[in-house]
Amino acid sequence: MSLLALRNLFKTFSGLVAVAGISLEVEEKAIVGLIGPNGAGKTTVFNLITGNSRPDSGEIIFDRRPITGLPTHSIVRLGIARTFQNIRLFQEMSVLENVLSGCHCRMRAGLFSSLFRPPSQRREERAAVERAMRELAFAGLDERHADPAGSLSYGNQRLLEIARALASDPRFLILDEPAGGMNDQETADLMGLIAAIQARGVTVLLIEHDMNLVMKICDKVIVLEYGAVIAEGTPAQVKGNPQVIDAYLGSDG
Amino acid sequence: MSLLSPPLRWLAFFACLAATPPLLRLFGVDGGGAVQIGALNDIGIYLILALSLNIILGYAGLFHMGHTAFFAVGAYASAILNTSHGWPILQTMPVAGLLAAFFALLVAGPIIRLRGDYLLVVTIGVVEIVRIVLLNNVFDLTGGANGISGISRAEIFGLRLTTPADLFYLIWAFAGLTVILCSLLENSRFGRALKYIKQDEVAAAGCGINISLYKIQAFVLGAFWAGMAGTLLAVKMRLVDPESFTFSQSVMLFAIVILGGSGSIAGVVLGSFLLIGLQEIFRDFSQARMLAFGAAMVIMMVFRPQGLIPARRRRYDLRGLTGVFPRALGRRGGAEGT
Amino acid sequence: MQEFLQQLTNGLAVGGIYALIALGYTMVYGVLKLINFAHGELFALGAYLGFTLLVTLGLSDFMGGVGVVFLLLIFAMGLVAIAGYFLERVAYRPLRQSNRLAAVVSALGASIFFQNAMMLVYGTKALVYPGGILPSVVVSVLGVEIPLIRILIFASSVLLMCLLFWFIHHTRTGAAVRAVSLDQGAARLMGINVNRIISLIFLIGPALGAAAGVMVGLLYGQIRYDMGVGYGLKAFTAAILGGIGNIPGAMAGGILLGVIEALGAAYISIAWKDAIAFFTLILILIFRPTGLLGERVADKV
Repeated sequence: MSLLALRNLFKTFSGLVAVAGISLEVEEKAIVGLIGPNGAGKTTVFNLITGNSRPDSGEIIFDRRPITGLPTHSIVRLGIARTFQNIRLFQEMSVLENVLSGCHCRMRAGLFSSLFRPPSQRREERAAVERAMRELAFAGLDERHADPAGSLSYGNQRLLEIARALASDPRFLILDEPAGGMNDQETADLMGLIAAIQARGVTVLLIEHDMNLVMKICDKVIVLEYGAVIAEGTPAQVKGNPQVIDAYLGSDG
Repeated sequence: MSLLSPPLRWLAFFACLAATPPLLRLFGVDGGGAVQIGALNDIGIYLILALSLNIILGYAGLFHMGHTAFFAVGAYASAILNTSHGWPILQTMPVAGLLAAFFALLVAGPIIRLRGDYLLVVTIGVVEIVRIVLLNNVFDLTGGANGISGISRAEIFGLRLTTPADLFYLIWAFAGLTVILCSLLENSRFGRALKYIKQDEVAAAGCGINISLYKIQAFVLGAFWAGMAGTLLAVKMRLVDPESFTFSQSVMLFAIVILGGSGSIAGVVLGSFLLIGLQEIFRDFSQARMLAFGAAMVIMMVFRPQGLIPARRRRYDLRGLTGVFPRALGRRGGAEGT
Repeated sequence: MQEFLQQLTNGLAVGGIYALIALGYTMVYGVLKLINFAHGELFALGAYLGFTLLVTLGLSDFMGGVGVVFLLLIFAMGLVAIAGYFLERVAYRPLRQSNRLAAVVSALGASIFFQNAMMLVYGTKALVYPGGILPSVVVSVLGVEIPLIRILIFASSVLLMCLLFWFIHHTRTGAAVRAVSLDQGAARLMGINVNRIISLIFLIGPALGAAAGVMVGLLYGQIRYDMGVGYGLKAFTAAILGGIGNIPGAMAGGILLGVIEALGAAYISIAWKDAIAFFTLILILIFRPTGLLGERVADKV
């Protein structure tokens, strides 16, 4: 049984078809790559899954439960976390506070316990800080915990976004161009990190233009063009698919 | 300005304030310093209001320029309950807060999703509507342009508060409480959620934060507190009228928060003292006073747009949490490539 | 019916004035995403400069009628345009890169500054425009008696708006203005001098506002140092009504607001006149958050 399934999703933006009937499945604990030329609708698919936009029609099923049309914050609570293509960190806040934001949905303190600080609130706060530090260490950023997020290098900001997403304790992690703007060493580290995330039992769905990364770490690759799936399979299968070569790899050199 | 941050320094600050009335008397200032204490009372009420606005504007980043409306609802609620129903004025405080909060809930519901500047204009509109409603004596409750007078004096434990100094302790005790609650709020899950929303709504939603819910909560909480500040105004003036709740007062509150340092409690305190205090000091030069004030606002923003005391990044207690957790790659963090 | 048409024409005249002020808000918002809170004060400044010219410098002694009004408009518009230019240079340009709130507070500060400067110079009492500049003729249109001044005011505000519309849509500079309000970065890459365009907008907007100020003086006879706040808020409401950043929208919004207000004051209650505008605004934002002709204003969540 797959963890996430998209059934015949459609999405148009003022008449322009961005997603034209996409169906796909992501198996639990897999790393799946979503590739395709620019404008193929990859990020739109991500936005539909995470509730950042709503499909015109079609269904999104997560863990045997329809989540179509749910608000983003509810989807995160169900266990889907994401990073953004154009990094969206809380730039002026500390690295630690950025990761703490991920813990938000696993905490309970409301307005009153925030104001009156019962022991349960303090325990929860301590546990959240601990979790955040654990995720920072996991991503290798723990020593930078007090710095403002905006002061990190581009590559480290991408790692911080991943740490923030992991802090929400997701079962399913969506990475939008995680290697964008990274140098070779950073990309190599990132591949290790994604593998370690998989080893923690988290399913990963990623968009990436770095074909080397996609081919090396993905268990399955799905190719989009003009808002539709044109091929899917193992990296090797996709690599050899003439339609894909024609649409994407061929034109890319 | 690290001068004001730790609890001890706050304590020193409030101790100095508490010593002010006796000192003024001791040094034989005219009239036992009634004028000066009166000014401090004004500052205190504005501080409470500005801190409650800070929750909405400073933490959550909502462009709210209608805070006076909530203040007015609270003040009128207290005045009406006191003069028409004979409630002791201080006991009206929770009701004043709740009514203001309820009003905020009604207002915030439909407008909370509006983009920044639109929210600004709508909230200004709300202030004006409230003022016009008060002026027109709707429901025959608000006394029209004359307002409501004859509010009885406040009593605490059978003690009548009659002098400005009595009111001073009442107002500043409440201001002290407000400072404490705000700093608790700031450093909690709730306060952080507001700050995340201010920085980036999409990212905040992506962290599982229910944006609209938190914004409305911020509005309602800020209004609740402003409503209670309204009771204090009724206690102090013993009269409420529509002209006490103008658009320019909302502008003043907005300016206190932004000039002082949005999201920074120390900044808001300093802002209240500067903006309200200087106004009182220069009352004799009232002709040119506001001219200079306007110019100062522009100059401040040009040279220090983050405010006088910007909000500081919080430091967390990380004892036992550093260097103990495994790294996925064994790589040392913070190696900055280009 | 007679009464209705009276109110309607009254509303059209006031609406033309709102529309002229609203254009200043909407153009500035279009390029800077800033509510120029000092714009209402620039409008009031126009009214006062008109007064100075007319009374203190005794313009009305030399000549009469339409010629005076024309000169008045030209001078007030020119002087206020200069004030607008310096306003932008001093209070807004240095804040172009900082956060939006800083610019809002700077705008508020500038508004307080202008208002109190006018109070210091002209005093707190309302000043009276001398009567009889324009003949107080009543024209009979289809059996309805309409004061000529209303017609003249409405006609000249429409004329000014047409000029602006022509300028924006049929000149090279106008095209540059549109480009800058669509995308500053791209406009800069296309070789447009963005700063120059912004300065231009701060010349045109305040000039139109000043014209509105003179018209208020002529229409109502009285001006006050703090009238910029009320008119400013109404005009901004009008800009939002029409969809902010949208020039025809501001024109339509202003005229519509003037009419709604006049009819509301006549048929609901004069005491609620000022509240009607804001109620309209809130209803519009709740039920049609794009404004009547505009872009969406609710955040994408």
